[in-house]
Amino acid sequence: MLAILDYKAGNQTSVRRALDHLGIPCRITSDPAVIAAASGIIFPGVGAAGQAMDELTQTGLDAVIKAQVDAGKPLLGICVGCQILLDYSPENDTKALGIVSGECAMFNRSLTEEDGVPIRVPHMGWNRVKPLRDCEILRGIEPEAEFYFVHSYYPVPAPEFVLAETFYGIDFCSVHGRPGLWAVQFHPEKSGRPGLTLLANFNAYCREAAHAQ
Amino acid sequence: MLSKRVIPCLDVRNGKLTKGVKFAGNVDIGDPVETARMYYEQGADEIVFYDITASSEGRGIMLDVVERVAAQIFIPFSVGGGISTVEDMRAVLVAGAEKISVNSAAVKNPDIISQGAQAFGSQCVVVGMDVKKVPVSETIPSGYEVVIHGGRKAMGLCALDWAKTVEALGAGEICLNSIDADGTKDGYELTLTRLVAENVGIPVIASGGAGNPDHMADALTQGKAQAALIASIVHYGEYTLPGIKEHLTARGIKVRSVW
Repeated sequence: MLAILDYKAGNQTSVRRALDHLGIPCRITSDPAVIAAASGIIFPGVGAAGQAMDELTQTGLDAVIKAQVDAGKPLLGICVGCQILLDYSPENDTKALGIVSGECAMFNRSLTEEDGVPIRVPHMGWNRVKPLRDCEILRGIEPEAEFYFVHSYYPVPAPEFVLAETFYGIDFCSVHGRPGLWAVQFHPEKSGRPGLTLLANFNAYCREAAHAQ
Repeated sequence: MLSKRVIPCLDVRNGKLTKGVKFAGNVDIGDPVETARMYYEQGADEIVFYDITASSEGRGIMLDVVERVAAQIFIPFSVGGGISTVEDMRAVLVAGAEKISVNSAAVKNPDIISQGAQAFGSQCVVVGMDVKKVPVSETIPSGYEVVIHGGRKAMGLCALDWAKTVEALGAGEICLNSIDADGTKDGYELTLTRLVAENVGIPVIASGGAGNPDHMADALTQGKAQAALIASIVHYGEYTLPGIKEHLTARGIKVRSVW
């Protein structure tokens, strides 16, 4: 069973619908006992980093997430959930979870696309994800596949955590982490078949990890 | 690089799919959920549902359609038609839509845009604009006027001014429909599309007039739109989404090619 963290972050229902479709058992929960019993955690997020962090600290979920990651529980952060795994976001001047070292940055509107046209912010729509190193959750996904993004800030983790990049005015980090701890800036639950494959890959990893223990 | 989006639009009345020409003579042509699933499987980048039912009973049916769509398709979709309050927006978003679209209600009460953006984020709020070409005047310096009620009522509002206003109020996207081009299949209104796209920083979806994939390519290049809305050219099987995307790719436009 996967635990989808419930902290009023918006897209938890979309994530649940995608997992239901894949036949992956899951629960939307903020109960530490349920989270501890899960084989893996999905940390969703939509909206602003500051609001998300406030909600996490008020509910004590920040400590729960940190303890679970320390104990080796697989975790997948999505969108804002990807950004606030880092140390800091300039969005609402937010001190974030500090699980992965790095910060967030905002797209600079003076950047241009490959065709020379200035980028529009937010980065909204479909874009490619180029893996820089082997990453279990991207396995079986064609290099031409695209994912659905909606964001104005992007993660800038320490270089050793950058797993994949996407071009939007600059090459920014769209997947970061390490085996068992992944974060994606796009929305796999809204990215068609490639997104569903990514979620299924994460679940397969969680099942294996739980079995190995 | 961000892909240009191809967006089928489904007009729904009482839970049934319809497609009208110039907002008249709608006929039922199918089940919106099945059609949405088919377009999802064929590579639609997003889907727009426009609920042309006016009654509250119809609204309930639409929410059921939204829930069934959300359980089966895993790409973003928006719902418009008859949404005039933050509570209307919330009901549609909770049912599973990514975005809601406001049109006449925003013209009558522009605050709905900022209220929606504040409550759910700008990315959720699409403003639909129905626009008609008119003689250039002091009130309408662009020569394009915003109309509501399916094109029947002129508002004395300049389309360019309105586009800038909705962006300032927090709209995340503009769906720009030319009443003159709608249903003609003669191509999008490129002058209007380009005028708005060049003067706002949010994405513009071109709407009205698509008769073939070249029209779409024109809207995405000359018109500078980020997305092209289509309806009858796919609903009646004249063109398929994969065929359209192949054509756009051949014209040098980056679209999503794997799904």
